Amino acid sequence: MGQALHHPNIGPYDENLLPLVIESAWYDVGGQNLINGLDLRIESPDITVIMGSNGAGKSILLRLIHGLLELTSGAIKWGGKATDNRLRQQQSLVFQKPVLLRRTASQNLDFVLKLPQNRRLKRGPNSSTSAQLLKMVGLHDKANQPARSLSGGEQQRLALARALATRPKVLLLDEATASLDPASISIIENIVLEQKALGVKVIFVTHDLAQAKRLADEVVFMSRGRVLEHSKATEFFLHPKTEVANAYLSGTLSVEETHQ
Amino acid sequence: MQDILQSLLLAANLVLSGDSDLFEIIGLSLRVSLSAVIYSIFLGLPLGSLIAVGNFRGRQALMIVLNALMGLPPVVVGLVVYLFLSRSGPLGWMELLYTPTAMIIAQVILITPIVAALSQEILSQLFEEYDEQFRSLNVPRWVAVRALLWDARFNLVTVGLAGFGRAVAEVGAVMIVGGNIDHLTRVMTTAIALETSKGNLALALALGLILITISLLVNAGLFLVKTRSQKQKFG
Repeated sequence: MGQALHHPNIGPYDENLLPLVIESAWYDVGGQNLINGLDLRIESPDITVIMGSNGAGKSILLRLIHGLLELTSGAIKWGGKATDNRLRQQQSLVFQKPVLLRRTASQNLDFVLKLPQNRRLKRGPNSSTSAQLLKMVGLHDKANQPARSLSGGEQQRLALARALATRPKVLLLDEATASLDPASISIIENIVLEQKALGVKVIFVTHDLAQAKRLADEVVFMSRGRVLEHSKATEFFLHPKTEVANAYLSGTLSVEETHQ
Repeated sequence: MQDILQSLLLAANLVLSGDSDLFEIIGLSLRVSLSAVIYSIFLGLPLGSLIAVGNFRGRQALMIVLNALMGLPPVVVGLVVYLFLSRSGPLGWMELLYTPTAMIIAQVILITPIVAALSQEILSQLFEEYDEQFRSLNVPRWVAVRALLWDARFNLVTVGLAGFGRAVAEVGAVMIVGGNIDHLTRVMTTAIALETSKGNLALALALGLILITISLLVNAGLFLVKTRSQKQKFG
């Protein structure tokens, strides 16, 4: 694996994105409330892990935070401002299933580096090239390989490199290591930790308890579209406040309880 | 059976001897159909792209109209173009009736909906796959369209070839607006119709064989392009 990139905060914008404040957020689809009057305030600049069982609304919350979905009602504010294109340019989202262009690995990165809004990044003193990004995720020898012919783990690492190409201030990961090989998980986790050290705010959705324990500084625990707990990671794992979280951590949370 | 065999031999002789009339007809056929495909791509691709990535009122209606136009009866298109280009028609002053240009216009009208509808389908599928990622990356709409066209290029080649297949095999419209004039607007399909009615089966069969060969070559090319792109994971 290669070196971490230069400090991401020396980007095109110099805004303070924290705290992230979500107030009375509702998100309905087809008459079903997927997010139920959710309130959350994230101030910590470290790694926030969002946990909860299937259908808890974790991925939807991440998309709402990133501005890919629009709230039915309520508000989401980054540093006091609603998410718009300009704010989204300072964030990167890595999806569970990477969507890669039908091009080579390096062309996938060049596509992002050459976007009009990223051109000034390229000219800057901390500019990164596709070769550097590939090296960072351990894919420097796959630069000319079609992205879609890479293994699942390699594709996700490429997706992470692409997410970091814009030098985001906020890195959002939606179960980005689900069903990947241990080597890829380790590479991705190391990069996430490096990004945290560089001052990038990381919000990581995961099902993997061991991974959450390795990465989390604080945990947001969700159930049925609401935040049940928001606490320091050590506190959450040792002394969960709610029965649902306790059952989730001990692996005894039933499907009925999660969907009640 | 004897007649068919005899005609086949005569046909082979015409092809192998390099009959000038035959090759003139083939040349004009290819010129008209290729020109029509090129113009249709210039018109149909932007239209297909617009419908694929656009979010505007009437998009669904436009898709329905486009799909309906794919099945336009060639003779009706020929008749309409004839009415427009005839001396008393609104475009009669251009004096295009019974020229290869008139045939190209008719074929463009026939093929453009095919190119637009098929490309829209291909681009829509790809856009559905890329959309969330593109929005996350704040990809401007024009860059997204360019990326979709590039990434779908192998599939879009098949659209062009499908258009060419339709154009080169079409007879009704080109017969009406071209008039099947010897050495001027006679193409393979109109010549086959004429020579069959005259009983000149050898020439008709020779042209038919060449038409089928061209069709086979086009389809083989289409197959190769698709297989190669899929093998390389670019398709």
